[in-house]
Amino acid sequence: MRIFDPHIHMTSRTTDDYEAMHEAGVRAVVEPAFWLGQPRTSPDTFYDYFDSLLGWEPYRAAQFGIQHFCTIALNPKEANDPRCLPVLDELPRYLAKDRVVAVGEIGYDSMTKEEDEVLARQLQLAVEHGLPALVHTPHRDKAAGTRRTLDVVRESGIAPELVVLDHLNELTVGMVLDSGCWAGFSVYPKTKMSEDRMVRILREHGLDRVLVNSAADWGSSDPLKTRKTGIAMLADGFTADDVDRVLWRNPVAFYDQSGRLDLDDTDGEPKPDDTSSFEGNSIRRGGE
Amino acid sequence: MPLSGPAPHSSLPLTPEARAWVDGALAEIAAAPTTVRTLFPAVRRRCGRAPLPDGRTVDEAVRALLLTALPLRDQALADEVGALHRYGDPAEQRAVLRALPQLDREESGRFLDLVRQTLRGNDNTLIEAALGPYAAAHLPADEYRQAVLKCVFYEIPLARVAGLDERADAELARMLGDFARERTAAGRPVPEDITPLVRPFTTPSGTTIHGTE
Repeated sequence: MRIFDPHIHMTSRTTDDYEAMHEAGVRAVVEPAFWLGQPRTSPDTFYDYFDSLLGWEPYRAAQFGIQHFCTIALNPKEANDPRCLPVLDELPRYLAKDRVVAVGEIGYDSMTKEEDEVLARQLQLAVEHGLPALVHTPHRDKAAGTRRTLDVVRESGIAPELVVLDHLNELTVGMVLDSGCWAGFSVYPKTKMSEDRMVRILREHGLDRVLVNSAADWGSSDPLKTRKTGIAMLADGFTADDVDRVLWRNPVAFYDQSGRLDLDDTDGEPKPDDTSSFEGNSIRRGGE
Repeated sequence: MPLSGPAPHSSLPLTPEARAWVDGALAEIAAAPTTVRTLFPAVRRRCGRAPLPDGRTVDEAVRALLLTALPLRDQALADEVGALHRYGDPAEQRAVLRALPQLDREESGRFLDLVRQTLRGNDNTLIEAALGPYAAAHLPADEYRQAVLKCVFYEIPLARVAGLDERADAELARMLGDFARERTAAGRPVPEDITPLVRPFTTPSGTTIHGTE
């Protein structure tokens, strides 16, 4: 089973997770920029975070045989803090990077006026940079928030096939697929979505424009939920080709719209294990 | 850029489209230097990253051309290049580091801080790019020795570190000798490429001569 996790926050995960993910078949991930548990209070701390998503994290992932891409944005929660807003002015520099395959996560948290403006502005940035958009739907008041998100997406003029709305459930999947956008599902141990519910949604709505992710982060979450969903699909009678479509070909098709999803990483890219011994690097050794 | 003679990228393996893009980029940067901020990150997508015989990659060579096309001098040049490094991804940062000898023609050491920032990090590909001829020419002795020792720790082959022939000294030999003893005591292997740096400073009785600093 080859797996592309289209939404996972590896910054918050351990090297054990990387090993287990590789063992489970994960070969590529997209890490969206998002909030950390601790609120940020200045733009500079965002830039260090973005640098990490473009630098240290792909370097770390490569040592475990996993390709790492990212999406960059000012997240909805911190869009409400005026101290963080200058981040928007530096985004064009980051959206020009090779490994940035979408603008995200953008969207709503508490559906404030500030979130409205920052969402609309970042959808415009996606249009200007020819990038897809990864849009988070709010955990509270989800159905209303998803409807409102779809309205803003429509007004922005971005092509719906360039947009994924994420963290969907039984009540929001229909309107998203009807809009022409992609439908993202975050399979979690307790909240959001479970493997069995995911399989029922796939039975009802089909496999077109569907992305399944673990959205694993610093909370109670599981980076192997993608594989567990694949196993649940097989147990329910889906074919191996169906699983490959949901867990690999769909996310590749979505992010490939950026023109930057370079999965053939073999020509000339200096990988840590090319330029030095695999066993000897600082991560494998557990630091100095 | 000379007014006549071959174009600066004539020796690079570029497609006609990439060559035209580079020509356009060089002209744009010469006319309006801030355009480098969006052109510099786009080089790999436009020109590829095939390896060159000199150890660089195509994107690194093209990025060096863009940097040397900047119509800026002294602190203004250092500021623009510093920002490209600050906001650069690792491929961009490697390109900046490898281009430093071409950017600091007066050999002022103005860009040494970029080398130092890199040496504090943990990415082998960046550390290696930082330890080229520029670092060999400008890093003070104590920092250069620490950098070499860090390479040994990170198992970066010392053949890739510039300037060792001129800069290896008794103090570096002592540090590497101590490192070897520590490794041996722990029952771990000692990298072979430190031997040529330690041996010239070893007395017949086998003890390393201590440095004077």
